[in-house]
Amino acid sequence: MEYIIIIISAIFVNNVVLAQFLGICPFLGVSSKVETSIGMAGAVTFVIVIATMVTYLLQKYVLVAFGIQFMQTITFILVIAALVQLVEIILKKASPSLYQALGIFLPLITTNCAVLGVAILAVQKEYNLLQSVVFGTATAIGFGLALIIFAGIREHLDMVKIPKSMKGVPIALVVAGILAMAFMGFAGLV
Amino acid sequence: MLNQKDLERQTMASKKESTFINMFLTLFLVTFIASAALGYIYEITKEPIAISKMAKQNNAIMQVVPEYNNEPGNESYKIAIDGDSIQFFPAKKDGVLVGTAISTFTNKGFGGNVRLMVGLLPDGTINNIAVLEHKETPGLGDKMDKKKSPWSIQFNGKNPADFKLIVKKDGGDVDAITASTISSRAFCDAVNRAYKAYMEGGQK
Amino acid sequence: MNQLKNFTKGFFKENPVLVLLLGMCPTLGVSTSAINGLGMGLATTFVLTMSNLVVSSVKSQIPDKVRIPAFIVIIASFVTIVELVMQAYIPALFEQLGLFIPLIVVNCIVLGRAEAFASKNNVLSSVIDGLGMGLGFAMALTILGGVREMLGNGSFFGMKFIAGDGILVFVLAPGAFLALAYLIVLVNKINKKTA
Repeated sequence: MEYIIIIISAIFVNNVVLAQFLGICPFLGVSSKVETSIGMAGAVTFVIVIATMVTYLLQKYVLVAFGIQFMQTITFILVIAALVQLVEIILKKASPSLYQALGIFLPLITTNCAVLGVAILAVQKEYNLLQSVVFGTATAIGFGLALIIFAGIREHLDMVKIPKSMKGVPIALVVAGILAMAFMGFAGLV
Repeated sequence: MLNQKDLERQTMASKKESTFINMFLTLFLVTFIASAALGYIYEITKEPIAISKMAKQNNAIMQVVPEYNNEPGNESYKIAIDGDSIQFFPAKKDGVLVGTAISTFTNKGFGGNVRLMVGLLPDGTINNIAVLEHKETPGLGDKMDKKKSPWSIQFNGKNPADFKLIVKKDGGDVDAITASTISSRAFCDAVNRAYKAYMEGGQK
Repeated sequence: MNQLKNFTKGFFKENPVLVLLLGMCPTLGVSTSAINGLGMGLATTFVLTMSNLVVSSVKSQIPDKVRIPAFIVIIASFVTIVELVMQAYIPALFEQLGLFIPLIVVNCIVLGRAEAFASKNNVLSSVIDGLGMGLGFAMALTILGGVREMLGNGSFFGMKFIAGDGILVFVLAPGAFLALAYLIVLVNKINKKTA
């Protein structure tokens, strides 16, 4: 039951992008095509899940054990940066076409605040290892969901006449706002 | 002029060198200096942080229990309940218990955890309640905070023994915040937890 | 380079939020009130200026291949310093900004300026660049926070000017997206006219 609450809350109620404002950069940047969005969502999911696991262990057995919690930000970001590098190397070998498509946004996962945000939130909420991993996975799914829905809408936007100064990011933000309003309807589910 | 150019060339050259030893040394040095600097700042700010946290706690205790002259922070004790523990701060005047401040929580809030400081008189009557931490919706659920609305005053002077800590919609005695039934339910849940823990051995 | 131009470019022509569209997460996340926006902006300004200062002064000593990790460590250190100092001396604001303070470390503006500007320019220019960009960021956040606070809460910097609630949706998540969208439209219009 407890895990179901964590999952529903992380995907719908407190959606990372639409309610917590984490990971906005890739949300606005990569989401013009559904296909790239799916790839991006996959890469982010992978990094988030592994990152929450590693940071949880680090927090418990290194930072707390030695009483140096103030080093949290610095250690977490380094772990994430290293992980992203790893994913990049693997992807380059395993799927060059996907690697091409994600292009510049892959190294940018390091500066995707959703990754660091989830790691810190899992520590703040005092989750145990399994809860942290479930929370990380659900958050990543929520990220992917928002990204893909948004990309679908934006593909349609290309065919609509939009006032000149609204083109690009402003209209994307308006769409995101309406989407956020829709997601507010999930509030109260848990 | 020549000298300066030479120097520039040298610095340019040293920048491009990416040998293993070089990279390792640089990263080690950068991290080492950073850690040392942070350790130093941490030592300086440790005390102010502890003081400001203490001040917040004392402030909340002072709000919810009658006048006291002991140090409730030093006499606090914990009671395990619902898989977690709740902290109790006994407030005494001249050695006589005048009330207990209870730092309680709920995870049923609209935006996650809500932490309250509930002040109970020795017989279990609610004296006053202060909100320590919440992430409820601004303008709606945040009315549980006295800074935003007087909603939570309705609990003052009520004894949960004959005052049902449930919103009226669910058959209790509590007027819910308009359009924020979930936040109101969460608030009741937290207060109830404090009362339950107090009755189940929190009285000292 | 003309230092005055270097300083002011962060406000209008290259405003990190409204023109370059960087650092969206903290922009949307903390701009629920003018004071939050200002606090976050100033915290970021400090990190940006200090990291620009350090990066530009040690740039020649850092091998090219490890420069990004080295920059990240430098930035993360200053972020932690801000975290500790705010916790110690302004705990109320720290609680309001919460998660977004450690997240300054992944603010694209900070690493972006370190990589694109400070690693190529001298110390003085870099500090001025950091200061200008940071204050430009702070300005955008304060304006956005002010607008949202006024519409959503009927107050400005905490001072109430209408009784009761405002248009609540502006303090909530959707309002953040909408307010920022129209602010960018406005800046686009103005920039087009002056250009």
